[in-house]
Amino acid sequence: MKLNKIFILVLTLTLSVSVFAQRSPVQEPMVFETQQQEARFNQLTQELRCLVCQNQNLADSDAQLAHDLRAEVHEMLIAGKTDDEIKQFMVERYGDFVLYRPPVQENTYLLWLAPLVLLLIGAVILRVNIKKRAALLASSPDEETED
Amino acid sequence: MNSRIFPLLGFALLIVLLVVGLKIADRKTNLPSPLIDKPVPAFDLPVLASPGQRMSKDSLIGKPYLVNFWGSWCVTCRAEHPVVTELAKLKAVYIVGMNFRDESSDAIAWLQRWGNPYDVSLIDFDGRVSIDFGVYAAPETFLVDAAGTIVFKHLGQLTWEVVETEILPRIANMESGN
Repeated sequence: MKLNKIFILVLTLTLSVSVFAQRSPVQEPMVFETQQQEARFNQLTQELRCLVCQNQNLADSDAQLAHDLRAEVHEMLIAGKTDDEIKQFMVERYGDFVLYRPPVQENTYLLWLAPLVLLLIGAVILRVNIKKRAALLASSPDEETED
Repeated sequence: MNSRIFPLLGFALLIVLLVVGLKIADRKTNLPSPLIDKPVPAFDLPVLASPGQRMSKDSLIGKPYLVNFWGSWCVTCRAEHPVVTELAKLKAVYIVGMNFRDESSDAIAWLQRWGNPYDVSLIDFDGRVSIDFGVYAAPETFLVDAAGTIVFKHLGQLTWEVVETEILPRIANMESGN
């Protein structure tokens, strides 16, 4: 019983430390005209890569460039640009690499179609196996009666 | 018997893909710039040496030039400074220093301390022009031809090897083309 309590105490402390260690998302205060704009801003900065720290998106990064690019996205949103126009702005400067969601185009067909192809291959293998087993069962009626 | 070998082959394939993936994962060095073969982004910036004066993209058309993004805060810029200086000595190309996200007083002090290899330095104080150039790490260097098209970009520290193998041949090419 006592051990259990100690365990819970330790667990609680460990977990709470990790909460404190986690950095709150670094965001400069930004003013939006509508809530919808804010939602689009959040969505866009999630989907755009910070080029300096390449495994973070713009929303999470504290790099100077990320600050500037967030400001850029904000400005374009207020100016009434569409999401596609904003992404286009980024791609023209930094390349497709800036997008966390790669576009479907010639050099990404393999990426997008591979799962489908693998699924098809799996289905074919499954079908062949089922047929084989069915043929096996049909050819040996003894086994069938055993079941 | 035969069917046992398939999962093994599949696994081997995964391993191969993993190794290949790791090999090409270091994209920082070979990230292609979408700006190659595109016109130089527009800019119109004050000149560091005399801020009343401005220089724009249009005033540079007609001769090839090198755009070197630098800042006094940038350690790697200091490291590549001797190479830029050597290149400037050759007088092979007009060199524009883009002093970005920097205080002008710091920038001037930096040039006085280490020497000024630039034919002109422009002030991109808020880094807007650097964003238009797709700069995300300093230093970055762009070679622009006489028509105002970006023909080459180097990311990070400029080395003499890059100057000799990438920049000088391209300049020679442009001149022979004229």
